[in-house]
Parts: sequence; C-alpha cells; structure tokens
Amino acid sequence: MSKDKTLGETLRERGISRRSFLKFCATTASMMALPPAMIPVIASTLDKLRRPSVIWLSFQECTGCTESITRSNSATIEDLIFDTISLDYHHTLQAASGSAAEHAREEAMQENHGNYILVVDGSIPGENNGYSTIAGISNKDMLLEVAAGAAAIVAVGSCAAFGGIPKADPNPTGAVSVSDLVKDKPIVNVPGCPPIPAVITGVLVQFLTFGLPELDHLGRPAAFYGKSIHDRCYRRPFYDKGLFADSFDDEGAKKGWCLFKLGCKGPTTYNACATTKWNDGTSFPIEAGHPCLGCSEPDFWDAGSFYKALSIPTEAIGKTAVYAGAAGLIAGAALGASLRARKQSAVKDHERVTIDDLDQES
Amino acid sequence: MTETEFLLWVRGPAFSIATFIMCAGLVIRFLEIFLLGRKADLAEARGSAAAGGFRTLFRRSVPDAGSFERSGFTIVSGYIFHIGLFIVIFLFVPHILVFEAVSGLSWPGLPSNIIDATNVVTMIALLAVLVHRIKDPVMRLLSEFNDYLVWFVTFLPLLTGYLAFHRIGLSGAMLIALHILSVEILMILFPFTKLSHAFTLWMARWYNGAIAGYKGVQS
Amino acid sequence: MSGASFQRGYNALKEVIDAPIAAFFSSCVHCGMCAEACLFFTETRDPKYTPIHKLEPLRKVWKQEYTFWGKLGRAVGLSRPLTDQDLADWESLVYDSCTLCGRCSMVCPVGNDITYMIRNMREGMAAAGHAPKGLIGATRRAVTIGSPMGVKLPALQAQIRHTEKDFGVKVPVDVEGAEYLCLLSSMEIMNFPEYIGSLARIFRQANVTWTLSSEAFEATNSGIQIGVSDIAAELVQRIVDAAEALKVKAVISPECGHAYMAIRWDGPNLVGKPFNFKVQHILEVLDELRSQGRLKMKDKEAQKLTYHDPCQISRRGGVIDQPRNLLNMVADNFVEMPETGKMNWCCGAGGGVSSNERADDLRLKAFARKKAQLDAINVDAVVSACSNCRIHLEEGLEEYHMELPLLSLTETIAEHLAEE
Repeated sequence: MSKDKTLGETLRERGISRRSFLKFCATTASMMALPPAMIPVIASTLDKLRRPSVIWLSFQECTGCTESITRSNSATIEDLIFDTISLDYHHTLQAASGSAAEHAREEAMQENHGNYILVVDGSIPGENNGYSTIAGISNKDMLLEVAAGAAAIVAVGSCAAFGGIPKADPNPTGAVSVSDLVKDKPIVNVPGCPPIPAVITGVLVQFLTFGLPELDHLGRPAAFYGKSIHDRCYRRPFYDKGLFADSFDDEGAKKGWCLFKLGCKGPTTYNACATTKWNDGTSFPIEAGHPCLGCSEPDFWDAGSFYKALSIPTEAIGKTAVYAGAAGLIAGAALGASLRARKQSAVKDHERVTIDDLDQES
Repeated sequence: MTETEFLLWVRGPAFSIATFIMCAGLVIRFLEIFLLGRKADLAEARGSAAAGGFRTLFRRSVPDAGSFERSGFTIVSGYIFHIGLFIVIFLFVPHILVFEAVSGLSWPGLPSNIIDATNVVTMIALLAVLVHRIKDPVMRLLSEFNDYLVWFVTFLPLLTGYLAFHRIGLSGAMLIALHILSVEILMILFPFTKLSHAFTLWMARWYNGAIAGYKGVQS
Repeated sequence: MSGASFQRGYNALKEVIDAPIAAFFSSCVHCGMCAEACLFFTETRDPKYTPIHKLEPLRKVWKQEYTFWGKLGRAVGLSRPLTDQDLADWESLVYDSCTLCGRCSMVCPVGNDITYMIRNMREGMAAAGHAPKGLIGATRRAVTIGSPMGVKLPALQAQIRHTEKDFGVKVPVDVEGAEYLCLLSSMEIMNFPEYIGSLARIFRQANVTWTLSSEAFEATNSGIQIGVSDIAAELVQRIVDAAEALKVKAVISPECGHAYMAIRWDGPNLVGKPFNFKVQHILEVLDELRSQGRLKMKDKEAQKLTYHDPCQISRRGGVIDQPRNLLNMVADNFVEMPETGKMNWCCGAGGGVSSNERADDLRLKAFARKKAQLDAINVDAVVSACSNCRIHLEEGLEEYHMELPLLSLTETIAEHLAEE
C-alpha cells in the first residue's frame, strides 16, 4: 500500500535532523564511489520519494539475508528507510500470517501493478515444483506471477542470485537462480552469503535514486561488486612480498600474513568486504584470520575446497601422473619394440656394399 | 559455462588430462629413443664411458670461452630465459603449492615482487630470442613451424601469469583460469615438440660424454 | 649385386639410426651454436654449412621411420618423404664441407654428437651413389691396390732402401714376434718418408722391436671417410690378419688422423670382435718411452713452436697430453694456439675432403681459420702428428703467402736424439 507522505516528511516527523539525513546521503554516496556533487541529488531524490511498494519473496533460503539487514547496529537510518519503504510482504518481518498475508500480497500487486519492487531471497526449485511451496503455491509459480507486475527485481543473497547452497552438488531440489527463471525483467543480483547489510540497502537506495544501477557481467551492481577482495585487501602487501600463513594460528597467521595458502578466494571474488567490511566496519573474514570463501561468486560451494589454494589442482594429480607413467611404460615398450623390429629388418635387408656399387649412380 | 565453472574445469579435469598426456607422452618418448639401443663398443677402452657421460651432463652447461665469444647472444639470452623460467616456475609460492599438492615436496619461495620482476626480464629475453631467430641467417635456415609454436606456448604462460598477477583486463577468475589453461597447453605439447629437449638432452649429453669418455676425451 | 640405389641408401640410413641419434635429433633446439664451431661456416658465413643442417635427410628418416607422429604425418600426407634428389642435394654438404673434425659435437649445448651422425649419414649417401667421385676413386684404389694413393709394395720397398741408406738404420719387414707392427700412411711413404727413418732411429735407441708388414702396410682407411663400413671393415681386416700372423703385441698407427680413428676406435666394431692386440698411436708409444726414460735427447728445438692438434688424434682420439709431454721434452719455446687441445681448429682437409677436388676452393677458404690462429701467436714453425694435416697446412700457408715450416713431431724427436 503506498502512503501519501514522502520519505522526507516521514523522517522529519520522526525527528531525524536534516544534518543526520545529509550525513547518511554522504555516506551512501561515498560507498557508491560517487562524487560529492551527487550528495544533494541523493538528498533531494530521497526527500521527495513516495514510499514505494516492496514485495519480498523468500524461497529456499536460510533467512540469513534478512538477518543481515536487521543486524545493522547503527542502522537507525536504514531501519527507518526500511520502515518507510512500504514492505508489503515479508515472511519474517510481517505481522500477518496465513491467508491474510497472501491477501496483502495480492492487494499490493494489484494496487501497484508495474511499479512495485520485487525482492527475492533463496533459490527456486526449477523443475519439480513440489519441493518448496508457500500456501500451496510452488516457488516457481509465485515468482513468475509476482515478477510479471514488478518494475524490477532485486535478487538478494547468493541463493537468489546464483542458486546458492541448495544448488550445491548434488542439488537435490533442482534449485536455480531468479535469473534462470525470469527473463523479461531487469534483475539486480546482490550476492553474498549473506550480503553486507550496507550493500543491500545501498543497492536499494541507488535503485530508488538513480534507477537501475550499472551491472557487471553477473548482474551485480558495479558500485559494490566492481573490485575484487584481493585488490582491496589490507593483507595484499604480504601477498606481494610472498609472506603467507601456512596454517591457522601459526606465526605468519599471528602476524597477519596473506591467507592465500589457506585457500583464500579473494583473487576471484568481487564484493565490498575489504572496504565496507561487516558489523559497521568492524572486520571481515580475512581480518579475522579466515580465508575468503568467495561467497558472492556463482557456485562457490562447489568451486574446489575452501581450504585449497586457488593455484592447486582439485583432482589427485600425483596419482594421475603415476598411472600415466605406467601407461606410458606399456605403450612405450610396445612402440619401442616395433621400432627396434623395424631397425632389425633394415639391418637384415642390408646388402654388402662393394667398391663397384659406389661407382654406379642410382 | 560460468567463470567459476571454467576455472574449476581448468583446475580439475583439464589439469588431470594435461598431466596424463604429458607424463605418458614423456615416458613413451624416452622409450621411443632408448629402445633403439646402442651397439656395444668392442674397442679397448681408454677411459670410463659412464664417468664421461655423467660429467658431460653438467659440464655441457658451461660453454667454452671460444663459443662464448662467437655465440655470446645465444648463450646469454638462453641462460637468462632458462634461469628466469626456473625462478618463476619453481620459486613462486602459489606454484610451489601446486608441486606440493602433486608430490608432497615443498620448499621456500622468493618474494612475489622479485618473481614479477624476473617474469618481465624473462619475457624480454624471450622476445629478444624470437627477434634473433627471425633475423639471424643460420637460425632462419634452421627454424620451422615447431620452433615458433614452441616459443609461443612458452611465452603465453609468462604473459598470462603477468596479467593474472597484475589483474589486468579480465576478472580475477578468468585471468587465473587462462593462465592455468596456457600451462596445460604447454604440458600437452611438451612430449611432442622440441620442448621435450628438457628431458632428452640429458640422454644426448650422456651419450656424447660416454662416447668421448670411452676414448679418454672430456667432452 | 644391385649397385647403388636410393632404396639401398634409404635402408642404410634406417640401419644406422640408434638411441644416441634419436636422442640427438629429439634434443636439437635449432640454436645455431654448432655453426659457429664449424670452420666451413665461420670462414664463409653461409648458413647452409651449419652442421646440424647437413643432417636434414637423416633427420627426416628418423622422424618418419622412428617416431610415432612422424610416421603418422607421412602416412596422412602432412610431410614429404625423402627422395633421391634430397640426397643428391646434400652430397656436397655432407662430404665437401665436413671433415668429421668434431668441434660441433663439443659445443652443442644439448650434447649432440653431430660428427657421429654425419659419419653415419655417409653410409646412406654412399649406398645411394651420392659420394664424391674423388673419394670413390681413392676408395677403389685402397681396396684394389691397397693404398688410396695407389702406392704398391715395390714403391714402399724403394723408400725403405733409401731410408736404410740415408739414416744407417735397419727397417724390419714381416718379422714375427716383434713387439709392434707399424703401419704407414701413403702420404708418409710418398711425401714424408723421413718418418720411416725416424721410427727406426727412435726404436733403435729405445731398444724396441718392431716390424712393417708387406701384406698390410697401409694405415689410412678410405672406407671410414666415404662412410661405407663394409669397405672399411675389409681394409681393417687386412691389418688384423697381418697383426695376428706376425703375433705382435700392438699395432702402431702412424702420423695420420683418420687412420688412428679407423684402427683404434672403429676397427673392432667394424670387424665385429675385439682385437687380441693393442692399438696405439705413435705419439702414445713415444710418450710411454719418454716416461720410462728410454728416450735420450741431445738437445732441443730452439725455435718458437706451436702444435696443431689433428682432430682425429686429439679431440676425437684422446691423445691430447702425449704430444705436449713430448714437445716439452724436445722444445724450449713451445706455445699453444689460442683455442687448443680438444678445442683446436681443424686444418680443413680431413674426413675425405682432401681426396675431393670439388672441395678444393672451399677447403682453402676454410683454412683462414687456422691462419687466424697462427697470426695470433707468431711462431717460427708448426708441429703436427698427421701427414694429411701437414700437406694441407703447407698448401694453405702457400695460398695465403705465409712462410712457416710444418714439422712432424716424430721426426723432430728423431732429429734431437742423442745417438752414438
């Protein structure tokens, strides 16, 4: 249900000063690497924002993405923004339940047809529609139905964006991502397991302010996913110097050396963890001493062991080499024997060369 | 195929296939040569063939002064890129991890920025070697497709390694995947091109040294 | 008999390929260093004289007969098989511009014994009818007359008579039970007969029993140079028969490079069994006598001397220290050439090149390398231990207008013996 008050009016009602509001806009701008000139643009746009309708569908998910957003400590502003977005449907956060909840959803869809934002977390069983249902409706059917009238879709979390943990081998539910099923709507992927809270809200703000953000080849907003962990990691100088921790809690680890040897996927992972960090900039996995899992990349659960370095082959190469050597011995012995035989036959075909033979030209 | 799947394939089955082909191919190559055999020498020995062979394995790596004067460029540039390849391949920690995973053996590496500088020097040496091969009349006469192919598949891992280390052009996963793929191409071609000289030259030096050592000549 | 043919030549090439040759071809990386070791290249700068390039036909046979991919390539038409024209095209490279000197084999960084391969390739060239006319003629004379220069026993006997008269020595012939059977090269008999007298004088002083053989006096082996092991074996067998008939302890190879290689190193392998006598080069015997104190010298050579290492004796034969020991005994002012010993440069005339008139111009051009060595040390005379080297060094020096006497090491020692 859309409300008549603008976001600015609501904030002022709640006693948020213009100064605090502008500070939020400045923080958001800098997080998106936008120049200071954009701050007034963000401010005026947000100010005039009429509360858009947001429908949040949760499918095969662990609710971690919701937990992430609501775990923000100093997220007063975010909270409020969330409050002032008309969150018309959300399993965890809504008060209603049962058929009342579904009815609220249908109403919102009807009233704001073509204009509401669809947020999805969790993956969807692509074929067998019985694995995950809500009120008797399969995830796939619900997704397609709600997507039809959405202005845009935000796939929050790696499950919605890429299939996530349900899709991991052996993928018993046939889980797929949102973009595997919805082909005719703009989709913004906000992966992470979970995504950083500020990234989720930042994407929403960016979308509300500027429309569809610039997306990378995986549909992720370039503003937050444009740089790899490796390229922004504070331990990078150790990588460059070749100083690596060999095991958890060894001397190198205690000195804060690079975690490449422990399987860090920083070089192949694109996210804001190294700069924005978690818990309001407290830390991120590498800083806490654990290698990056690469959780904002597709199929990161099946991308080779978390604890195997990126350069290491995933299969048992040593064994392969031994088998190859054995196969080579057999094939080589056979080949060598045939070559030897050919040479012997040439020796057998030898006709003694005499001085008379030399004089005759062939 | 997603980038992750590509990287995974390159680190997985592709690496196994390349290893299999390279190892089996090299063993076959060795037997292809060795089983042709050598007639026993019936002349009275003056020196030891085995000692001669063994000595030549190493001694041949040190050119005599006359050769150095006449073929200086070939020798120096050859040494630079061979030593450079050795350093870049065996003393870079992410590579040492691969050897450790395959063989269980590990050793200390050099700082990565030194490896990077060595890589650049090696690439320059290889480019110089290519120019020389194209311009020098003797090498032009001798060279064939195989020589240029081998140059290319040796250069490619260095180039892709440089791009991957400096994160230039493509995503992190693609850069690493292409680098590993370029190494796999090198591995597959190893037994079937001149690259096999890395292994067969020990046989050639041995035979040369043995023939000479038998006669009491240090070759 | 079927005569020379491409088929016989091709078969011969297939026969000679063994593990060493396969290893060599597998390892060649086309670095071109062998070119700078070959005097035919360094003095002409013509890339076709690059040693490994001279082996192209043999390499083709190796590739197409003895490698999996090579055979496949030929079968599917990706590579051209060897033709008789290829062998014809390569004749002058294999025979005119290679003396089997062995320098290329010393410098190849991957260890290829290119000389070994050229020697073996000649088997195919000759059997296909692509050996040089001059060399075929020398070989015919060696087989039918007993000497490549056509020297017959009467000529030798005449030289023996002269020697005995001039030097007051006795030259034993066909003496059973002598310690040593001495061989001679035709070049020595005709051009440097003083060698025979020198042997007689030295052995008389050192109390060594020796003999020549009227059945087998020729040391040189054209079969080796033309590259036909069947003929080379026949020539070696004559020496073996004589040595066994005379029951000698050892056979001495004279001052001739390829003769030493032929009898000392190739001989037993050619005839298929070890000798039951030793084979030594005259320098080895002389050095033994020196170290046993059996050579008494009256004085030394005063002039500044250098030593030209005959390739087949030093680098390919292993007799490197002995001439130096002897020169230090007989000379006051002995200097080495720049690049000496096993890395000395070839005179340019060995391996059949001197029997091949077609190669004359090239040979004289290549001599510039030896000239450069001599220019660097400014000596009064050059000593060597191979008559072929001597003759062709003399010819080269004349061509380049240099006055420099060529001395035989054996003769020089004889000259300075303290005789009663």
